[in-house]
Order: sequence, then structure tokens, then C-alpha cells
Amino acid sequence: MATTYNTTGETKNARIQTNAARILSYIFLIFVTVLSLAPFVLLLINSTKLHRELTIATNFSLLPSTHFIDNIKLAMSGGTLGRGLLNSLLVAGGASILSTYFSAMTAYGVHVYDFKLKKFAFNFIMVVMMIPTQISALGFVRLVNNWGLDNTFWPLIIPSIAAPAVFFYMKQYIEGALPMEVVEAARVDGAGEFKIFNMISLPMIFPAMAVQLIFAFTSAWNNYFIPSLIITDGKYKTVPVLIADLRANVAAGGAAADLGKVYMSVLIAIIPVVIVYIFISKYIVEGVSLGAVKG
Amino acid sequence: MNKKHKLVSYAKWGYIFIAPFFIVYAVATLVPLLSTFYYSLFEYRVQGFNVVGPNFVGLDNYKMLFDKTSFINNGQLQILQSFKNTMIMWVMGAVPQFVFSLLLAVIFTSARLRIKGQRFFKTVIYMPNLIMAASFAMLFFVLFGAVGPINQIIAQTGGETVYFFNQTWTARTLVAFINFLMWFGNTTILLMAGIMGIDQSLFEAASIDGATSIQVFGKITMPLLMPILVYVAITSLIGGLQMFDVPQILTNGGEPAGTCSTLITMLNGYISTTKNYGVAGAISVLVFIVTGVLSFIVYKTMVTSPDKPKKKAKKGV
Repeated sequence: MATTYNTTGETKNARIQTNAARILSYIFLIFVTVLSLAPFVLLLINSTKLHRELTIATNFSLLPSTHFIDNIKLAMSGGTLGRGLLNSLLVAGGASILSTYFSAMTAYGVHVYDFKLKKFAFNFIMVVMMIPTQISALGFVRLVNNWGLDNTFWPLIIPSIAAPAVFFYMKQYIEGALPMEVVEAARVDGAGEFKIFNMISLPMIFPAMAVQLIFAFTSAWNNYFIPSLIITDGKYKTVPVLIADLRANVAAGGAAADLGKVYMSVLIAIIPVVIVYIFISKYIVEGVSLGAVKG
Repeated sequence: MNKKHKLVSYAKWGYIFIAPFFIVYAVATLVPLLSTFYYSLFEYRVQGFNVVGPNFVGLDNYKMLFDKTSFINNGQLQILQSFKNTMIMWVMGAVPQFVFSLLLAVIFTSARLRIKGQRFFKTVIYMPNLIMAASFAMLFFVLFGAVGPINQIIAQTGGETVYFFNQTWTARTLVAFINFLMWFGNTTILLMAGIMGIDQSLFEAASIDGATSIQVFGKITMPLLMPILVYVAITSLIGGLQMFDVPQILTNGGEPAGTCSTLITMLNGYISTTKNYGVAGAISVLVFIVTGVLSFIVYKTMVTSPDKPKKKAKKGV
């Protein structure tokens, strides 16, 4: 970022002020960094400790113990969490692929083609974007029950095809990244409409697809409300539902309330997202601001 | 518009491309939404193994929700209490969230401060937003539990054990704190984008005229950022009304004594626990109306805003 002032006209006094402001800013930044990371550092440390180490009343220590692997074994024992991870992977994988692909397809349809209901379609999606999913939850759960689809993954995956927010992001991106000339040139070359979309247009909007894929995966992975209403059978529970179950165990005490297991389960639940995020955070952070004010 | 003539033969492809979205939306959201509205006018509940109704009862479900004297079904609290709780916890989280986010956004965008390591800081503060809210709540439940690290510290310094989840204000504070932690990074990035959208020459002119940082913030940044700030605040409020995962898990659906229940934990209770679909429908409709009014205000600020932010803030608290 080029600065046009701060070079010549500044007095010595002003320079001292700027430096003081800068130091205060860094102190504040370090404070919020510590605030943001502290829960996860505690999580990581405590996931190395056994239940009996964690429950001594005056034993607070930031030193890790040596039972990280033991806790992994404990958390995975019985196969419930492992099964939950697979369920979540299936649900979040399916939901994110469908929502990204079909939102891109819808955005492409509204952008490229001229049809009577084009404007209506766009405005409709803009309006419904603000409606929270919880509001239709009752009707949705009743529908799922009536169709006998509770304790299946279909109601968690298929509705992702209609994701208004993803559509909006894609529409914004396509407007800037896909010139009509490309589509027209492909038509002249004799390509069919689906082929133009799949083989030519999608690769051109790949960066947006990747960002939205990650976002959609994360929100499906983290989703608790709808799965908690639809999945009651332990075999089909996703990770957030299993994590929520831990609370009852801890509150009840007893053997199921092993805190080492609890910390490790929470760590396992969040680690996939954290790892992906560390590698692609740059695009995520850019994506958030792009979606916010572009246009 | 001669282009239109050329494209007209492709119109059917437009419908084909948008069809999957609209069909799925209709089945998975629109029909359920309408049936939710429909149920709200009926007595319709599961009692033991029997289904009662649906019998048309007009606005009885709504009246019941607002009846101050009735604790309907298993001592569930009335809707005003849940609404109040939701608002209290939202404000407790949103005020620090906006103070922090504004400060951070100004710090990051300041040409005078030229902060280094911006990417690192932004990466760190945004991260909690992507963490599973359920696991966040579970983590805080054990960290602040009777034998958790926080109480260990309290014990080591000679204090009495604090039962954070048995007291209204400590429980509410923790819910609000998690929401704050999850959303201030997101808000920072949105506000930064807003500040960077302000005409840079205004800052340069102010600098040449010798304005102080505080003057620049008060006279340029704040007024020009206001539309975006209003937009972000209202989307945060809409997100706040949907508060569920954190209070549900952290406070077991609203403990102590229902002082941490929210509109959606209440809705959840009526759908899955008491199975009173009529009342659940009425709650849904009320949340819909409030959200609708707020969204309309967002729409209005969008229309008047020169920067036109359009996307909802990733349904944010």
C-alpha cells in the first residue's frame, strides 16, 4: 500500500505520535490474537492429559502431558466417532459439491441466457437469501418424516442444491470473469450448451468454485440444527450431533464423562477444518470481503 | 438490444439451467415454509402415542405464546422471555464485537500505521468463525466446568468453585463471549472492505489539512462507513435471532431456569421434545416476521448506500 503522506510534512512530534499509535496497535493485535487462540491452545494441551490429571482441583498447568495417543484411542474406541466422521464427510462432501455446482449452474443460467423470468428468478433468490433455515425447519422435518427419510442422509444433502448465498457469490464472480464472447465463440465452434458450461465456463470460474466449495463444506460439516432434528439413530449421527451428546455424558458424570476423551473428541471434530483453513486462509479472507462489497 | 434477438432461441436453456435450483428450493424450503405457516393455525401435537389434530384453532397458538400467565407444556417459558434472552445475549456479544472490529478495521487499513503481519493477524482472528459452534460450546462447557481449567485457576488462587452454568449472568456471558469470538473477525473483514471503499483522496486531503487521526475517524471514516455499519449490524442481528447451537449445547437448551433459552432453542424444544407442531409453527412465523422487517431495513440501506453491499454477512451474529 503506497502512502502519499507521512514522508515530508510530518513534524517530529507527529512522528512520535505515530510510533506510539503503532505500538498500541500491535499490543491490541497481540491481545486479540491471544484471545482468539487461547481456547484452542487449552484444547490442544488438555487433549494430552488423562481424565485423572484433568480433574485434580488445583492442578492447572499449561504443560502438556503424554497421553495424546491414549486419548485418540479412547475417543475412537467403540467406533462411534469414527463412524460419525465418515457420516459427516459424506454429508458435507455431497452437500458442498452439489451446492457449488448447481449454484454455479443457476448463476450461469441467469447470467448467460435471456428469458422472460430471468429478472424474477434473480430477485426471488435475493429475497429468499435472508430467510433463515430455522423458519422452515418445522415443515421440513414434517416432510422428511412423512416421506420416511429421517435417519437418512438425503435430507441433509439434496437441499444444498438450492443455496441462495452461494448463487449470489457465483453470480457476482461470473459477471466479472466470464465474457459473453467466450460463450458465443464456443457456440460458433459447435459446442452444446451443457458442454460450454461444464468444459469451458466452469474452469474459468474455478477460483470462485474452490472458495465456495470450502465454505459450503465447512458450514455443512458444522451444521447442527437440522441434523439434530432428523438423525436420532446413533449409526447416522454426524459429528456435531455426537459432540452435543458429549454434554449430557459430562453433566451426568460416570465412565462416559472422561474429560480426556471429551477434549480429544472436540479436537478431532474441528481439526479437518483448521488444517484446510491454514493452507487456504488467504483465499477465504479475500473471499469474505469480495462477497461483501463487490458490485 | 439487438443482442437479445440473437439470444432469443437460447431462452429455454435459461430455464433448464435454473430448474434444479428452483425445483429443490420449492420442495425443500418453500413447501415446508408454507406448511409451517399452515400448522401455526392448528392444534397439532403428539401426546404419548397419539397425534392430536390437526384441528383448526385460529390464532390460539399465538395467544398462548404471549400469555404471561401460562407456562405452556412442561414448563416451557413464553416467547417474550426467550426473545429477551436472545436480545440480551446478542447485545452482550455484539457490542464488544463491533468495538473490536471497528478498531481492528481502522488499524489494518491505516496508511499511517502501516501494520506488518496483517495476513497473520487476519488469519487468526477469522479462524474461530469456521470452527464448529457445537464443539466451541462443548469446549467452553468443559473449560468452565466445575473441574475445568478456569476453576482450577480459581482454586489455586484460593477462590471458591464458580458454577458458571448454574448462574444466569455467567452463563449468558459465556454464550455471548463465544458469539463474540466467532464473529468479530468476520465483521472486521467486512468493515475493512467498507473502509477501503471510501475515496482515498478524502483521507489525503484531510491529512494535508492537518486533521488528527481522531478527526479523520469521526468526520470521514464513520459517516461514510455508516451505511455499511448499519448493514453489518442488522445482518448480525438477524444472525443473532437465529442463535441456537451455542446456547443449546452450553446451557442445555436454556438453563439455568430458562434464562439462556433463545427463540430457536424454544422452537427446537417444541419440534423435537414436546412435539407441539402448532406452537412450533407459531414461533417460526413470529421469527419470520421479525426477520422480514429487519431484512427490509437492510434492503433499504443497500439501496441508499453508495457502496451497495449485497451479500448477507454469512449469516452472522
